[in-house]
Amino acid sequence: MGTNTHFPDPSVVKEELIQKYPAKVAKKRAKSIIVNDPQIIPEVQANVRTVPGIITQRGCSYAGCKGVVLGPTRDIVNIVHGPIGCSFYAWMTRRNQTRTESLTDANYIPYCFSTDMQEENVVFGGEKKLKQAIQEAYDLFHPKSIAIFSTCPVGLIGDDVHAASKEMREKFGDCNVFGFSCEGYRGVSQSAGHHIANNGVFKHMVGRDNTPSEGKFKLNLLGEYNIGGDAFEIERIFEKAGLTLISSFSGNSTIKQLENSHMADLNVIQCHRSINYMGDMMETKYGIPWMKVSFVGAESSAKSLRKIAEYFDDDELRAQVEAVIAEEMPKVKAVIDEILPRTTGKTAMLFVGGSRAHHYQDLFTELGMTTVAAGYEFAHRDDYEGRDVLPTIKIDADSKNIEELKVLPDPELYNPRKTDAELEALKEKGLEINGYSGMMQQMTKKSLVVDDLSHYESEKLIEIYKPDIFCAGIKEKYVVQKMGVPLKQLHSYDYGGPYTGFEGAVNFYKDIDRMVNNPVWKLIKAPWQKTGATNGKSKGLEASYVTQ
Amino acid sequence: MLLRHTSKEVKEREGLTINPAKTCQPIGAMYAALGIHGCLPHSHGSQGCCSYHRSTLTRHYKEPVMAATSSFTEGASVFGGQANLLAAIDTIFSVYEPDIIAVHSTCLSETIGDDLQQITRKAKDDGKIPEGKRVIFASTPSFIGSHVTGYANMVTGIAQQFAVSTGVKKNQINIIAGWMEPSDMREIKRLAKELGVNIVLFPDTSDVLDAPQTGKHEFYPKGGTTIPELESIGDSLHTIALGSISAEPAAIALEKKCKVPFETLEVPIGLTATDRFIMSLSEIGGVTVPDEITADRGRLVDVIADMEQYLYGKRVALFGDPDQLVPLTEFLLDLNMKPVQIVSGTPGQRFEKTMRDILDARSPETKFKNGIGADMFLLHQWMKNEPVDLLIGNTYGKYMARDEDVPFIRFGFPILDRIGHSYFPNVGYSGGLRLVEKILTALLDRQDRDALEEKFELVM
Repeated sequence: MGTNTHFPDPSVVKEELIQKYPAKVAKKRAKSIIVNDPQIIPEVQANVRTVPGIITQRGCSYAGCKGVVLGPTRDIVNIVHGPIGCSFYAWMTRRNQTRTESLTDANYIPYCFSTDMQEENVVFGGEKKLKQAIQEAYDLFHPKSIAIFSTCPVGLIGDDVHAASKEMREKFGDCNVFGFSCEGYRGVSQSAGHHIANNGVFKHMVGRDNTPSEGKFKLNLLGEYNIGGDAFEIERIFEKAGLTLISSFSGNSTIKQLENSHMADLNVIQCHRSINYMGDMMETKYGIPWMKVSFVGAESSAKSLRKIAEYFDDDELRAQVEAVIAEEMPKVKAVIDEILPRTTGKTAMLFVGGSRAHHYQDLFTELGMTTVAAGYEFAHRDDYEGRDVLPTIKIDADSKNIEELKVLPDPELYNPRKTDAELEALKEKGLEINGYSGMMQQMTKKSLVVDDLSHYESEKLIEIYKPDIFCAGIKEKYVVQKMGVPLKQLHSYDYGGPYTGFEGAVNFYKDIDRMVNNPVWKLIKAPWQKTGATNGKSKGLEASYVTQ
Repeated sequence: MLLRHTSKEVKEREGLTINPAKTCQPIGAMYAALGIHGCLPHSHGSQGCCSYHRSTLTRHYKEPVMAATSSFTEGASVFGGQANLLAAIDTIFSVYEPDIIAVHSTCLSETIGDDLQQITRKAKDDGKIPEGKRVIFASTPSFIGSHVTGYANMVTGIAQQFAVSTGVKKNQINIIAGWMEPSDMREIKRLAKELGVNIVLFPDTSDVLDAPQTGKHEFYPKGGTTIPELESIGDSLHTIALGSISAEPAAIALEKKCKVPFETLEVPIGLTATDRFIMSLSEIGGVTVPDEITADRGRLVDVIADMEQYLYGKRVALFGDPDQLVPLTEFLLDLNMKPVQIVSGTPGQRFEKTMRDILDARSPETKFKNGIGADMFLLHQWMKNEPVDLLIGNTYGKYMARDEDVPFIRFGFPILDRIGHSYFPNVGYSGGLRLVEKILTALLDRQDRDALEEKFELVM
């Protein structure tokens, strides 16, 4: 990518962003605010503690575990062990859509389950109440699975959710009960919770059902949570292309699909930040390779489909994939051709998630827009700089507290789908097997990369760059809009979507066009606030006669 | 069916809450603190608490909701959060420059035993609080009470920590706002002005959470009760607390500290609760109720009389918070409707007693429950057993309403999918009129939808 010359001098911007902080804070923040150079990627400080008092976008480990990874699976009864709030706030707020086959199939997503821990449970322990809650859930619903999520007080008072789960699982016999130690204080952000969730799903679900499934090209879709129907669109494309989706992790998924997922021959990973652990563990235990894909953006979707066909190395599949692309692309092109003149040359900022701020740059590129600054909320260095930097990342105390599962090849089920040589050959062809590039490779020279952007920094960036659109989440939405800049939510999509695949790209183009060209932004000033208004002084009356 | 696993058969539950009709204390404290001018709420706990509360309040108001967090990690959870809070106070005053930081605790900091009084005192002793700035606090453990309790605790903290008695009384009356919307607070101020009574309303989120679009983000919007106003409440002649759960504790604290006598009234939702409020304020203020207010009241009564046939006997299920449910129930009875099923997740015997007093004479068959076990799952089961004509509650009610095909009115907290609550009041006679309009629209739209073609009415 070339140098964009109309950016303000980014090193000056960086100074401006940190000058108001106390000295220690400024020093720390300076390491997370980096001027990009896609050729020689500089190091970004990421996945470190937020300074107390900084207004951060970040949430907690529980949000990452229950909210993000486990939330979308419809037939698990997810009981939150703790005071009422944690379960309440995660109640349907992430828009994980799900579609059951029949009206009687299990779907607990619209429900909120909690042990509603009271003071006496904190003082005397809450395990008894937890077991009672599990029993009541079992008696009421007879679910196949009950998952328990620990909130902050649980770890502190020493409730053993794993022992309680085991006891109840053994008691029931026909209901898989398992727990997560995802207390909010673990790690430094949601990211810790993703890892904890991956471990639990891997330990307690994956590999329980060895039923072979039909289909020639079987794959799992990892890191896709079906927000706004994203997974539905990818399912539609897979079906058209003749690909068999065994399980998604975890949008629109069921327990049965997750338990059977090790029967697939490929794991494709969408949001690598939240689920790369699963890809690694499944490869080690079952021999299923994983490959990074992205279905955000029409071009990226086409590219990802071609890579999948290349992986399966089948001419019929290649032809089918090309047929799908040939059918879908003209519809996309018709829309973008119409919109492009209105969006070209505009600028965007993306501060969101752990993969999204990268993926969505593809869509902005398709719209002819430039990303002038971007960063993640809870990513690690590899998400910025590329997976190659993994061995050089220093593991700090906060990360050490998150369990790394020791995984070995399964004595019976380990079956490498490809030889090492085959995988190497695929990598040569450009397939991102066991790898992904970082956001910074894609961004222009002298664009600004900021990890864990603070509220203060976001206001400064907007003042300096005056972007045409800002992408973040609900907490930022109305702050940015009060400044007269439209904000696209990239967690909830402002209740629209899907944004994946071909139909999603079209939805996104239309939404961005509408937002950056909305007349409301020109209505902010009242006529009397504009220059030329009389400001309280009488203009005086002048008689005007029609003279002939 | 959205809630397809909800069965008709009601079973006693002791461990499991399903679809709660409440949330936790800290969000209430955060909301209350936003009603002080120049104040930044601060959540002393994990980042997730602050993030969840800000998100929920933002979805409800579609407005910026600024608050900071102590960002606990595992280390802080083991060794105590003092270092985090001291660092936070330092950072906040440097970067965000509030006049006041209002710290509330969380289940995490309460479980490890952090003492906010001691830590904030240390912050002062260590010189971390700049001259003229304030740090106030409230203990809001999530495992006690509900969001309403948290609101009450922060308002109590505000009263206790700001009020000063100078010994010279001021000709003003305190009105402590129970949990209500910015629109409601604005209406309370308007009514007092119309009555000609000088009041200090606190907290006051009007002009904070209903801020205009100006092209500039005002980090501290123009609204909110000011420090001088809050310092003066100890010299006021009298206090009216609107809401026995969310406002009265602050009135008690103020009475204890500065000997300001108080009276507790319901939040003035509906005709009779508003009557009591106007009566009380005019008596305490020594003013005659102006004709405009009497005419407003008359218009509300007029509409009720004109449309009584559509309201009579309609069975209503409602859920929400006690200080709203009590006057709303009373209002529904005044409308000749039947509030037949009521739940509130907020515990407290006061609610039960007040409800009993209201309902015993006029609707003894009404089922109501609050506290542990009083959740929306139970209410839904009641609705399945004894169908209702109308459901009133927060946004989560729409799942039940759709499944049971019952008209639904959004009322309470949170409302995530409609606007209006922050702009149009529910309190006062105009609020009552708005509620009656909403109720009638919901019921009549339903009648129009379901009417046989030959029974479809032009005039109603």
